[in-house]
Amino acid sequence: MSELSAIQKNMLKEIAGYEEIPEGAYNLRSNGALAGRRTTANIDIQTKTDKPGIDIIIKPGTKNERVDIPVILTETGLDDLVYNDFYIGEGADVLIVAGCGIHNAGGLKSEHDGIHAFHVGKNAKVKYVENHYGEGEGTGEKILNPTTEVEIDEGGYMEMETSQIRGVDSTYRKTKAKLGDRAILVIREKILTHGHQKATTDFLVDLDGVDSGAHVISRSVATEDSYQKYISCVNGNNRCNGHTECDAILMDNGQVDAVPMVNAHTTEARLIHEAAIGKIAGEQLDKLMTLGLTEKEAEEEIVNGFLR
Amino acid sequence: MLELKNVTFAVQTEFGEKKIIDNISLKIDEKFVAFTGPNGGGKSTLAKLIMGLYKPTSGKIYFDGTDITEMSITDRSKLGIGYAFQAPVKFKGITVRDLISIASGKKLNVTEICSYLSQVGLCAREYVDREVNNELSGGELKRIEIATAMAKSPKLTLFDEPEAGIDLWSFNNLISVFEKLEEQTNGSILIISHQERILNMAQRVIVITSGKVSQDGPKDEILPGLLSANVCKTLADNM
Ligand SMILES: Nc1ncnc2c1ncn2[C@@H]1O[C@H](COP(=O)(O)OP(=O)(O)OP(=O)(O)O)[C@@H](O)[C@H]1O
Ligand SMILES: [Mg+2]
Repeated sequence: MSELSAIQKNMLKEIAGYEEIPEGAYNLRSNGALAGRRTTANIDIQTKTDKPGIDIIIKPGTKNERVDIPVILTETGLDDLVYNDFYIGEGADVLIVAGCGIHNAGGLKSEHDGIHAFHVGKNAKVKYVENHYGEGEGTGEKILNPTTEVEIDEGGYMEMETSQIRGVDSTYRKTKAKLGDRAILVIREKILTHGHQKATTDFLVDLDGVDSGAHVISRSVATEDSYQKYISCVNGNNRCNGHTECDAILMDNGQVDAVPMVNAHTTEARLIHEAAIGKIAGEQLDKLMTLGLTEKEAEEEIVNGFLR
Repeated sequence: MLELKNVTFAVQTEFGEKKIIDNISLKIDEKFVAFTGPNGGGKSTLAKLIMGLYKPTSGKIYFDGTDITEMSITDRSKLGIGYAFQAPVKFKGITVRDLISIASGKKLNVTEICSYLSQVGLCAREYVDREVNNELSGGELKRIEIATAMAKSPKLTLFDEPEAGIDLWSFNNLISVFEKLEEQTNGSILIISHQERILNMAQRVIVITSGKVSQDGPKDEILPGLLSANVCKTLADNM
């Protein structure tokens, strides 16, 4: 792998919390091209031949391994589209860390659209962490439109932790999932928008399998003149448990629309939806101010805790 | 240390203006003062006026000679006033560690946080990284609220019914915690309470009824009357 620039290192730090890629399998994509790859005995990464993107193949039974697949865009005016397919073998237990950082110093729009498909094998367990981050002094827009499609086989488990804190001008995040018998999906999403940013997140979960379960938990903060939309649709097609929660804080002129849908297609489905949208509670600010914080500091403390 | 001059706090209701605090004047220099009185009498409102959560409709509040009537909550806190709420506030994501660190004004290590928590009888380590939210029981929240007020160690601390919701064993400990606090502090402790044992620790007891001071004096003068006649009288009045 070629030496990373300071900007690239900073992007890595923002999206993955490190400057050097840790041990294990990885694939680094920079400005639309492959910039480094490592495979292991259990984890193979192959470049797709029919379209841009990679296949990540994790052998059945692989335990305690991780794959990192960061994407960095530092050139202005780049429009990057990739298809990544993850095959997680039966009984495997792995961590996948993805993320996209855009540093747009120019006046043109930079866009990365990642289309991720997860095939989670029988009894496999996967944790997927994805951070999105944008920066740059340029006026060019930073756009990220990730699509995630998940299929979980019998007894499989997937946990998705996604976050987009600041810097992304426009995002349309689509997540679709189909769950088999006893499969479980947990999604935790965090979004903070500011300026004139727009973010839409759209979940569609089909609980097809008997005793399948999904928990979709979204926490968002819309500040300044930004706008967010939360759409979730959970279909209970079998004996199952579905739970969605949309919790949003509004600040300044921020706006949030929530469109929750829970559809029970059998009497055995148990579906719950919770939504709470509003300003920071006055008593929370008051309490922190009695401890000596200014109103501004108290707000920051509350937002940081909320999005932690 | 604290002086209230003709403090009134009125709210608009459908029946017109209601004085929740009605022209109260008080001077407090004692180390340990207890407020008591019937439910809805105005004790918590008085505490909120002192902390700055409410601003008086009329009247003045002085702290160490400074007029704090128009001061923000933050500035009063910085001057050295603290308030442990009757109903602790819940958060999402803010942990016990965060609250106690904010209160003490510096980053504390686990051992330091634990020392505050064990004072209020919480098995410390388990609680340090718990979120201050609905998953904590009422009594746990209350104890964290007290530990937070202690970590701030202000010159004047208002404790609003610290005993409420706290089990018996912990109540005994709570009493000794307040005894210790009284020894250590060079400021004042103002406790709002309905508990005889807490009132008994005070040098001075002030009774607030219908927004007014109905009795005020040394504990030995006020308590005996409160414990016998007044209770029966209040009960009889309510019948
Ligand atoms: N913001 C408000 N608006 C309207 N009425 C209020 C407000 N705050 C308090 N009150 C009323 O003022 C009265 C005094 O309330 P306060 O909470 O101060 O009583 P308290 O003495 O602390 O009672 P308790 O012993 O039950 O805690 C009550 O009748 C209450 O309903
Ligand atoms: Mg009260």
